[in-house]
Amino acid sequence: MKKTLAAVPLLAALAVLSACATMSVTSPATQAASSPKESPAFPGLDPSTDSDPFPSTYRALPSNGFALVGATILTGTGSRIENGTVIVENGKITAVGAGLALPAGVQPIDARGKFVTPGIIDAHSHLGVYATPQVWANSDGNEATDPNTAQVWAEHSVWPQDPGFVRALEGGITTLEILPGSANLFGGRSVALKNLPGRTVQDMKFPGAPYGMKMACGENPKRVYGGKGRSPSTRMGNVYGYRKAWIEAQDYRRRWDEYHKKLADFKAGKGDKAPDAPKRDLQLDTLMGVLDGSILVQNHCYRADEMAQMIAISHEFGFHISMFHHGSEAYKIADILKREDICTATWGEWWGFKMESFDGIEENAALLQNGGACVVIHSDDAILTQHLPQEAAIALAAGRRLGIAIDEAEAIKWVTANPAKAIGVLDKTGTLEPGKMADLVLWSADPFSVYALAEKVYIDGGLAYDRRDPTRQPLSDFELGQAGPAHPGDRP
Amino acid sequence: MKLVKLSLAAGLLFGTQAFAETIAITHAQIISLGKEGSFKDGTVLVRDGRIAGVGANLAIPAGTRIIDAGGHIVTPGLVASGSSLGADEVEGEASANDGAGATDELSAAFDVSLGINPASMLIPVARMGGVTRAVVTPELPGRGDKKGDRLFAGQAAVIDLSGSANSITLRHAALAVDLGSGAAGHLGGSHASVLQRLEADLDEAASFAANRGLYEHGTHRPYRQSKEDLEALQPILQGKEPLLVGVHRVADIRRVIELGRRLKLKLILNGAEEGWMIAGEIAAAGLPVLLDPQYDLPEEFEQLNARLENAAILAAAGVTIVVTPPHTGDYARQVRYNAGYAVAHGLPWEAGIAAITSNPARIFGFAASAGRIEPGLDADLVVWSGDPLEMLSVPEHVLVKGIEQSLTSRAQALARRYAVSDPNQPPTYRH
Repeated sequence: MKKTLAAVPLLAALAVLSACATMSVTSPATQAASSPKESPAFPGLDPSTDSDPFPSTYRALPSNGFALVGATILTGTGSRIENGTVIVENGKITAVGAGLALPAGVQPIDARGKFVTPGIIDAHSHLGVYATPQVWANSDGNEATDPNTAQVWAEHSVWPQDPGFVRALEGGITTLEILPGSANLFGGRSVALKNLPGRTVQDMKFPGAPYGMKMACGENPKRVYGGKGRSPSTRMGNVYGYRKAWIEAQDYRRRWDEYHKKLADFKAGKGDKAPDAPKRDLQLDTLMGVLDGSILVQNHCYRADEMAQMIAISHEFGFHISMFHHGSEAYKIADILKREDICTATWGEWWGFKMESFDGIEENAALLQNGGACVVIHSDDAILTQHLPQEAAIALAAGRRLGIAIDEAEAIKWVTANPAKAIGVLDKTGTLEPGKMADLVLWSADPFSVYALAEKVYIDGGLAYDRRDPTRQPLSDFELGQAGPAHPGDRP
Repeated sequence: MKLVKLSLAAGLLFGTQAFAETIAITHAQIISLGKEGSFKDGTVLVRDGRIAGVGANLAIPAGTRIIDAGGHIVTPGLVASGSSLGADEVEGEASANDGAGATDELSAAFDVSLGINPASMLIPVARMGGVTRAVVTPELPGRGDKKGDRLFAGQAAVIDLSGSANSITLRHAALAVDLGSGAAGHLGGSHASVLQRLEADLDEAASFAANRGLYEHGTHRPYRQSKEDLEALQPILQGKEPLLVGVHRVADIRRVIELGRRLKLKLILNGAEEGWMIAGEIAAAGLPVLLDPQYDLPEEFEQLNARLENAAILAAAGVTIVVTPPHTGDYARQVRYNAGYAVAHGLPWEAGIAAITSNPARIFGFAASAGRIEPGLDADLVVWSGDPLEMLSVPEHVLVKGIEQSLTSRAQALARRYAVSDPNQPPTYRH
């Protein structure tokens, strides 16, 4: 009786927004850095020249050309193709359709009677930062020491040996957005990972993906800090905390802009003394990344009225919220979310574990979809992440019960294309389209069926998991040498 | 294990029975789980709140309301076992909850049935998922160390989901106790201290039974437990009431099996994530197992070998398994998906249905009331749009004790309110 999902909503409650990376920022300083005279004498002092200090070392598994032939394909673009073929070459999807001729050297794999979808994307995961076993030593998801910890990065807490990564892979997860928790108004940066086991977190980092920044509304920050006798202890205290931070961030951005202009002038020969750079601040770097659009806001927020407050704040300071996470009441403001182009990541059936989720309904996703808003089904949980299409099925069934007809080809976007959009990787993965990364899952049955199992999971064309082949079943260091085969597919 | 005779009698006078119609569910694919077997095209006849007949060619009395199932599956109403349903309203708000109430004086005796609220907003939500009964298990109040020196969470109750005043099926359905690392955390710090404490508390209760006269006269040494707790342990010692034991790793399961055998206890294992590794021993001991088939992670050191096939392996060895939803009552409706996951990982389909209907009814002592489609039992019935274990299937008709329930809830009302928009009228006016 100790093992219930009860622990999970608490985690959900602790979700935080994280700040995004500044990797795409270009500035006068970087442009001018080729001149020896102008190259920075003191590395690390200018955020614009130091945008990717923990670069991805991701390497795809070797991949020969292959084709999944004869499957029902849900493309993630809204199409359903019966008896279809997906062709993969050099780790990329090269063709998707019915009755395709296979190029020379492409190995056919019989997928008749099965289903193929894009790799499943969990846009709200704490794998690695709240790893199993859930012991104190592995609890690294919430830097609950200050309501603003935009300066921390989730990737620095990720333990790549979390057995949860492998379980998620067995459930078809190929991409994860790992977020800090929700204790803080600003929780820190989130990071996109490819779910291919690696020795280091850099080995897993999704190449070219933007950072996110976690923010959190509502009960968690006010409970955590109110409980410590500090601000915020109320929702109005929360809003003060956000605005205060954005004012500082805007001012920081202004100082760097001025510095870069003066530096450019100096390089152009104006003046005889190089300008002094502002003092770098890691917290403000992340917030500045949001303001310049390079970091995507991932905002834990349950109640509709609070989402509206957050939107007003985004207008006040000129940034965009990429996605509300949990969003139990998003259905109440579907029109606003559509207008603002903000996705909502929610569950099929989680609700009611605290007051701000008390109005959570199974029809949330369907009502949002019906209103034209972007819907994502997320997990926030190491168990649920293994069943994400089935969680989407719960939401789909509830919508149909209400009379909202949504077909499965559309609903699969909730766990593929839409999360890819919200975490900034839709140009690379999330759909089965030529040129995309060959992240895909071969399912034993309709992925919306409770009986569906991921038979083969491909990441960048490499076979990352095969239910029938023990040599293609990763096992984390932690689980190596344990007494029992704790693995799907094994039988004692 | 006492049937609540008072409640049953009150039900006959004032309760749902008074409004029960005669109903025939026709053209049903019946999964009875009872001696009647299954029917491809059968009829279930409901009269006076009970099942009056099950068969392929039943005569239907004049005036009977017909529910044509159109070939769809009909199962017994589902049972959410190990749930806080009806006792807790909002997990995060202590003042809204009654499922955790053990005190230093009332631990084994704490009776969650007295905290059940049939008007809970969660009950219609669960009912819409085809759940018609729940085995409500209390938990210890507080978190971590705040659980204090208490061992027993208290007495579980079986409730029906009619929402009516007389919805308690059974009090004292089992005594809930956790022997896992959570309990170790507040009772000394070791699994050993928890097991010793359990045995000591049971010893004390046996001493109390043998020295009741001296105790009442105040001439016996004092007991650590209150009189109420010592009394509550008597049916456990007599093997009349099950002790529902939260236990997880192989070593602890074996110790519990040994203790149960020695003291002749009627045990039900709860959790048993590593049970599959000693499925034969659990089967030989005749112990049923409550489990959540989704738990496949080494969340604690006491379940390093948790795996998705636990249900299938235990059942294949002959263990009676009960599939649970998460404890929080909001998720009672998840019980059928959990059974589906167990089936996806090797449990035979009908065993999956039994694990959420007839099995819990049998092991928690209400098989004479519910859990099967059999003449004489309460008419808890669900007509499904498809396979009951599939997310894409929904209940089309739900009967609790012969009364068809309206498939509405507060959540449904919210969905309908916001399904339409009217710029000239705030949604608050739509109800």
